[in-house]
Amino acid sequence: MISLAHYIVLGAVLFCIAVAGLFINRKNVIVLLMSIELMLLAVNMNFVAFSRFLGDVSGQVFVFFILTVAAAEAAIGLAILVLLFRNRSTINIADIDSMKG
Amino acid sequence: MSLSTSILLTIALAPLAGCLLAGFLGKFIGRAGAHGATILGVGISCALSFYVLYQLTLGGAEAYNQNIYTWFQIGNLNASVGFLVDRLTAMMLVVVSFVSLLVHLYTIGYMADDDGYTRFFSYISLFTFSMFMLVMSNNFVQLFFGWEAVGLVSYLLIGFWYKRPTAIFANLKAFLVNRVGDFGFLLGIAAVLYFLHTLDYATAFGAAPGLLGRTLQITAGTQWDAATVICICLFVGAMGKSAQVPLHVWLPDSMEGPTPISALIHAATMVTAGIFMVARMSPLFEMSSTALSFVLVIGATTALFTGLIGIVQNDIKRVIAYSTLSQLGYMTVALGVSMYAGAVFHLMTHAFFKALLFLGAGSVIIAMHHEQDMRYMGGLRKYMPITWITMWIGSLALVAVPFTSGFYSKDAIIEAVGLSHRWGAHYAYFCVMAGALVTGLYTFRQMYLTFHGEERFTVLAQHGHGGHGHDDAHADHGHHEPGVLAHAPKESPWVVTVPLVLLAIPSLLVGFFSAGPVLFGNWFGSAIHVDPADNVLGELGQDFHGSLAMALHGFTQLPFLLVLVAFVSCTYIYVFNPAMAGKIKRALNPLWVVLDRKYWFDTVYFAVFAQGSVKLGRLLWQAGDKAAIDDVMVNGSVKLVHRIATSVRRLQSGYLYHYAFAMILGLILLLGGYWLMGSGHMGSVLAGQ
Amino acid sequence: MTSELLQLICFYAFSFVTVAAALSVITLKNTVHAVLALVLTFFSSACLWMLLDAEFLALALIVVYVGAVMVLFLFVVMMLDIDQERMREGFVKFLPVGLVVAMVMLAEMLGLIGVRAMHAQVLGADPAALAGVSNTAWLGLALYTKFLLPFEIAALILTVGVVAAVALTLRQRGDARYESASQQVKIDPRDRIRVVKMAAVRNDESNAVDDNASQEPRP
Repeated sequence: MISLAHYIVLGAVLFCIAVAGLFINRKNVIVLLMSIELMLLAVNMNFVAFSRFLGDVSGQVFVFFILTVAAAEAAIGLAILVLLFRNRSTINIADIDSMKG
Repeated sequence: MSLSTSILLTIALAPLAGCLLAGFLGKFIGRAGAHGATILGVGISCALSFYVLYQLTLGGAEAYNQNIYTWFQIGNLNASVGFLVDRLTAMMLVVVSFVSLLVHLYTIGYMADDDGYTRFFSYISLFTFSMFMLVMSNNFVQLFFGWEAVGLVSYLLIGFWYKRPTAIFANLKAFLVNRVGDFGFLLGIAAVLYFLHTLDYATAFGAAPGLLGRTLQITAGTQWDAATVICICLFVGAMGKSAQVPLHVWLPDSMEGPTPISALIHAATMVTAGIFMVARMSPLFEMSSTALSFVLVIGATTALFTGLIGIVQNDIKRVIAYSTLSQLGYMTVALGVSMYAGAVFHLMTHAFFKALLFLGAGSVIIAMHHEQDMRYMGGLRKYMPITWITMWIGSLALVAVPFTSGFYSKDAIIEAVGLSHRWGAHYAYFCVMAGALVTGLYTFRQMYLTFHGEERFTVLAQHGHGGHGHDDAHADHGHHEPGVLAHAPKESPWVVTVPLVLLAIPSLLVGFFSAGPVLFGNWFGSAIHVDPADNVLGELGQDFHGSLAMALHGFTQLPFLLVLVAFVSCTYIYVFNPAMAGKIKRALNPLWVVLDRKYWFDTVYFAVFAQGSVKLGRLLWQAGDKAAIDDVMVNGSVKLVHRIATSVRRLQSGYLYHYAFAMILGLILLLGGYWLMGSGHMGSVLAGQ
Repeated sequence: MTSELLQLICFYAFSFVTVAAALSVITLKNTVHAVLALVLTFFSSACLWMLLDAEFLALALIVVYVGAVMVLFLFVVMMLDIDQERMREGFVKFLPVGLVVAMVMLAEMLGLIGVRAMHAQVLGADPAALAGVSNTAWLGLALYTKFLLPFEIAALILTVGVVAAVALTLRQRGDARYESASQQVKIDPRDRIRVVKMAAVRNDESNAVDDNASQEPRP
């Protein structure tokens, strides 16, 4: 039968896949954003599982808020991306280093 | 009948108004406006001061003691502006305002062709105001305000000709030496506050007997008598202001200031503030005979040894300056034997005849076109008879010839010292007695060198080259060839001679009329407190049978005989046998060197304190300011930040994935840390629930 | 027993799809395909949440995420002219590093989780069913009472997100022509017509004036 471990391990695996995605797709901002969405999904997975395990509604409420904020974040991130592409004609992160110290 | 607050306020504030008018509006109201305004202000004060004195003596008014305005308040400590006007204050008011008024008048003539005319009038009126605040004060804070204010004006006026390096040196010296004294004074006020918990005169003096037996531990293991500590600290302040050894060095140098100032501030009034202060504090000083012995010894030393220096001086003003030091020493001696009334009485007579001498010297200096060296004078009596006669009157008062006012005050002091049993009184008696001879020597020498004998100056106009340099010599007076005058000396204008005459009158007469009541008649009443056991003046008063008898008695006494000796020897040396002065000087050369070098006070002070503090300052500047603060702390921190920033900025690559990598790395390290050091994994924690 | 086994089979099936789709997200060459793989990840995750009886969140994930956010991603990806080849630069080079980091992290996480001990933690009955309400009602009761203020703040954040996204991307094109009604209304005839006095005989000096006059005022 399904135990807490199943979901927690699945969350960990998803998170690590997202981390690997951050590393191997270091040029493409869109994939980076998607990796971040994957990370949030992994976290949400844990929240839902623990909410069920502990019988506490707070975990699901948190997932609700995370979804809200992630949606807003994705909207603004993509808007910035569009603006970036419009001004620099690229979304390659390697070309964006004006914040270099 | 009592004194009116508004009259007292007017006395204090009228000179301030004159000062502000002349100082800030001097350009608009012009020279006549400036001296008009200030003279009017001081004149009002002078007239009202006489009226106050009249009210207190003949009018039977009570002493006035009231707070008028609360200056500031700290906790339970109230610093007020208030007036304490009794006979002591009234006498000071009259002396200060009278001399000040005459000096104002005199200045019109003396400073006639000076650029700083309005500034000068503003300063002396400010001085008058400050001095009034000092003498009228009814608490220590206001006293200190007046004390510092007169010090400030003194500083400004010594350096009045601020383009002369010597004047700047002199005013800085006066300022610094006075700081030493003021530090002691401030400590004294603090000690009063500490022990008596008040700064109000009346309360403090009332609580003074409570000081008996109280001690203060300054150094470990030694208990100091509280009253002694307070009085010596206060007297250190008086030593600075009244130029007592060893803080006397500033007064001779202060002669760099204009002569009216030397007369007003550095002879008649400001330097006597210390004497006045000690007399005012008599209830405190009576608590400690140790402190009074200290006062006595310092005063006696000053009286004799500074007088000796006066004998070898050639500058006419410096002779009078050393004479002032010596006379201040006499007043201090009088304080030391608890003869406060005598000290204040001598203060008053001295103010008249010393102001007269200084103004007379100023008159001579005008006539000599700002030549001050007596070696280039001589025979001036036929050119300026009024100056000559008035200065002789002043000189006779100074050497205490019977019937002059100087006689009554000074002779009483010498007699009182002889009667005193205080520790150090024998030394003081010797000093004041020898001082009488010394006073005679320098005074007669000065008079003979200046007014008698042959003329040791040449007048250009009589030799036919008057056309050359007439204006030049006038324009930069003080820098011309010594002993060469553009035209013959002549008597000074009336604004100069009238004050001389007006000062000559009290120099001659005030002693005769007031000696009886002031000295022996307990004239000051409760203003001065003397312990009955030490009341030498009272003892002296038992033999007093009127001024006439006292003067006649004086002709047979030792002081007068000493003056006679001085007169005869000076007359012989400087009138009949001028070559002898040089011979004596060569014969007593070691002594002459000691006196000419002023006992090396200046040399030692300069080497130890001035050079020492310059070296200390240089060390602190180099090691503390430049090395520690500038290089290490200020520039050092900038360099450190720069160095760190230069290396750290390389971390800021600007690439997003570098930052992401850093974050992931941090997360791995954090998780690894938990894994290694944590108390167990999550599963076991949940299992344990 | 059978339903539990069925659940377990479903769990493994959906989690396999989830992991496989997530791996595709980070490895696929074509970004559009990657976005579609992410959509699949969300779908299968939603199914996993269903298994946990979190129906509301599962549906919200599909409606909000797949229906709105991922479509937005698709729009942006298709709108931008992305050089796919250049984007793949360094993929092979960074693959080992990424794998090592991910594996290390996974090992650490699993160690911290304590899989075996955690496996003993059996999920209990559905708390909403225990409370006698549906999952949605259960969540809604908490959201509109205890979490009302955070809920409203979340609404505000969404509004700000919308406004910010619009403000960021909105632009005025310089080469487009617009009609300004207000300026058309307040025009003065004197600005339109200029009467120029000309000499009857044309001479060369008046060329400059002619040039000026030939410029007609713009409408």
